[in-house]
Amino acid sequence: MDIVFFLAAAIALGATVMVITRLNAVHALLYLIVSLLALAVVFFTLGAPLVAALEVIIYAGAIMVLFVFALMILNLGKHTVAQERAWLTPRIWTGPALLAAVLLGELGWAVLTYRGRAMAGAVDPTLVGASLYSTYLLGVELASLILLAALVGAYHLARREEVAEEERP
Amino acid sequence: MTATVSPVLVLALAAAIFAVGLVGVLVRRNLFFVLMSLEIMLNAAGVAFVAAGAMRSQPDGQVMFLFIVTMAAAEVALGLALVLQLYRQLHTLDSDAAGEMKG
Amino acid sequence: MKGGPWAGLLMFIPALPLLGFLLLALGVGRRSRWLVTAVGVGSVALSALLATELGLLFGYLNPARANVDVDWGSWLSVGDFRPTFGLYLDALSLAMVLVITVIGLLILVYSSRYMAEDPGYRRFFAYMNLFVGSMLVLVLADNLLALYLGWEGVGLCSYLLIGFWYQDPANSRAAIKAFLVTRVGDAALAVGIALLFTQFHTLQISELLRRAPEVWPVGAPLAVAAAALLLAGAVAKSAQLPLQTWLPDAMAGPTPVSALIHAATMVTAGVYLIARMHALFLLAPTVLALVAVIGAVTLLLAGCAALVQRDLKRVLAYSTMSQVGYMFVALGVGAWGAAIFHLVTHACFKSLLFLAAGVVIASLGEERDLFRMGGLRRSLPVAFGTFVVGGLSLAAFPLITAGYFSKDLILYSAWTSPQGSVWLWGAGVVGALLTSLYIFRVIFLVFFGAQKRQPERVGGLALEVPLLILAALAVAAGWAKGPLTAWLATALPPVAGATPASEMGLSAIATVVSLAGMALAALLYFRLPARVALWAQSSGPEVVRRLWRAGWGFDWLYDRVFVRPVVWLARVNRGDVFDDGFRAAAEAVELASRILRRTQTGRLRWYAAGVALGAILLVALMVVRP
Repeated sequence: MDIVFFLAAAIALGATVMVITRLNAVHALLYLIVSLLALAVVFFTLGAPLVAALEVIIYAGAIMVLFVFALMILNLGKHTVAQERAWLTPRIWTGPALLAAVLLGELGWAVLTYRGRAMAGAVDPTLVGASLYSTYLLGVELASLILLAALVGAYHLARREEVAEEERP
Repeated sequence: MTATVSPVLVLALAAAIFAVGLVGVLVRRNLFFVLMSLEIMLNAAGVAFVAAGAMRSQPDGQVMFLFIVTMAAAEVALGLALVLQLYRQLHTLDSDAAGEMKG
Repeated sequence: MKGGPWAGLLMFIPALPLLGFLLLALGVGRRSRWLVTAVGVGSVALSALLATELGLLFGYLNPARANVDVDWGSWLSVGDFRPTFGLYLDALSLAMVLVITVIGLLILVYSSRYMAEDPGYRRFFAYMNLFVGSMLVLVLADNLLALYLGWEGVGLCSYLLIGFWYQDPANSRAAIKAFLVTRVGDAALAVGIALLFTQFHTLQISELLRRAPEVWPVGAPLAVAAAALLLAGAVAKSAQLPLQTWLPDAMAGPTPVSALIHAATMVTAGVYLIARMHALFLLAPTVLALVAVIGAVTLLLAGCAALVQRDLKRVLAYSTMSQVGYMFVALGVGAWGAAIFHLVTHACFKSLLFLAAGVVIASLGEERDLFRMGGLRRSLPVAFGTFVVGGLSLAAFPLITAGYFSKDLILYSAWTSPQGSVWLWGAGVVGALLTSLYIFRVIFLVFFGAQKRQPERVGGLALEVPLLILAALAVAAGWAKGPLTAWLATALPPVAGATPASEMGLSAIATVVSLAGMALAALLYFRLPARVALWAQSSGPEVVRRLWRAGWGFDWLYDRVFVRPVVWLARVNRGDVFDDGFRAAAEAVELASRILRRTQTGRLRWYAAGVALGAILLVALMVVRP
């Protein structure tokens, strides 16, 4: 049994719980980054170094930074923290906790009754790359299309109204 | 690189993180936190895929994770743009304030 | 068109009055009263002329006594159902035609003077012409559907004419009551006609009468059903028990209407129907017995009721009911000819009584209460004389009145016929006593005694001549008994299996009874009216008197049993109970919609929870059944 895995798993789980219970958004984001890094370690123990690296670079590195930038633009301020404190009463956790518990129970039961390989098989990054450029070539192209759509959409959606007014003759 | 953990355990971890993310979506009123919780759920799904791929020693799991990350990136970009727009309109990030389509 | 060259004339007899109705309804004579009279009376006069001419031809120039059958062409043609506009003339229908046209003519001449001041003069003659035309269609029809056409037509005219002065809502109510009660019978008649059609696939009367005995044995249930249904129709139209409640109230109409419709013709339509369909009734002996019983009971009940009425016309109405009861008794024992003979004589003297009463009522300013009249014999001599003649005929004064001969024949038949019985004869005799009692009560109260009110002079040839002619008929018609019954026998079979009895003895008893009635009336109402009035106030007689005056309480009974439950049901169902079923479906949908609307809270977390719930269910499905 791998001690590294258990440590990383504990950190990931704990950090995730912290994410959803924080009042301050920046704190939550930082905890999320920690969680993602821990999950990267988990990937390593699974024998998938490529995705571990990608998790750190893209997910923790780019997407989380995007979150931070958005937070900075929003410039929420102290009153938000107070608002969050008012909203997060202990009572509201019961229903969702129940739903999540049921789901977890089902998934857990499904996973733990699986009769399969005992140990993970490592996959070489070369294999992944080769698969990407042969079997899943179309998928790669579509992914790039998605990114293009996101680019254009995000630009349009986040535009300020004054720019439109300035352009009027 | 060799694997040292049973993929079943990783799947269980993914399920747990998914559940936590679900709780976050259902509890938080601040849209920003909702987006973050959605990210957690997506990530957990990705972990599950990688674990499944490792179970069969196939690269397909990792390829799927790559696509998931790509999609997550696109979704975050658009989502955050929408949140910004919403904040400009309603001057609050309360998801309940955008409930005009009720009844 | 078979039946000889005079068959072509036959169609004019009903057609002329109907044409008169059309002309008057379309506005002829709107400005000229004289023109209305000419058209209204003239059409019926021509019909009467044609009828008498046909009668003479029929009687004397047609030695084989073949009947006339005219077919005007097809009316409907749906598969088997092919009724035609056909007319059929034999002794029975000719007798009816003569009664309708001749007496109708006399009444219309009388009306031309009686209704002269009424603003609805043209309307009156239009309706009367329509009535005469419909009644003629009824008696001349050669198939049951045409008969039903006439039947409905006279019902309609009865309604229109009873409610002639519709400005008074009481008259309209009386008209509606008449219509509704006869409607019950009409419905039964229609069902009976349909039943006959389904069995024989024809509605031709001669066909039915020929084939029914071949197909149905005596006492066959279908025959009984058909006869009973026809009887129901006849009972309603002829105002016999249990559908007699409309006739007394029908006196709300003008007096000529009461004379023509509710004395001479429409109420006898039922008698005509049973006589015409005699072969069918012979197949259902139980129904025939019922006919006789109904007649006997009605004649007694109506006689009692007539004895205590205050309204002059209501006495005559109950009297009509009673006399039609005699006709029903005659039919019930199989003496068809006797019934028709009594129908003819009754038409003469009853219409005479009504017309004379009309003169009395008009001269006292529309006063109808007997106890406010008195001593009019000197002021209204013609009315007095003719009323007495009519009364004597009604009371069957021996040997010189027509009523004596016809009533005597009925009583004789009731005694001698195998379907007759002592009880029927006894009822007839008691009825004769009651009859002379009530009619002479009227005579003594109205024409004798102290004059309570000065009458105005109401005269004129148009009023007096018909009265005199009818008085003559009321006397003379009886002497035609021999030839009349022999002639009717060509169309109607005589009483089967009659045991001969002493006609002298029987009629002697009946005569003594009726004379006793007259004497008793003279005693009570001429000599001792005050003492009788005093005795009548005491509690025992008072109860009986109130019961009898209300026609034995049938109106009260029907109100409780039929009218109130229906009105209650209508009130309960005002919101249309059946509609509630449909509304409930719509409301259920609306309720479901309202409940489901609650799930659209507009809150993001709520929707997310819904998604989560769905996901849980799906996963559960996959886990349980992989």
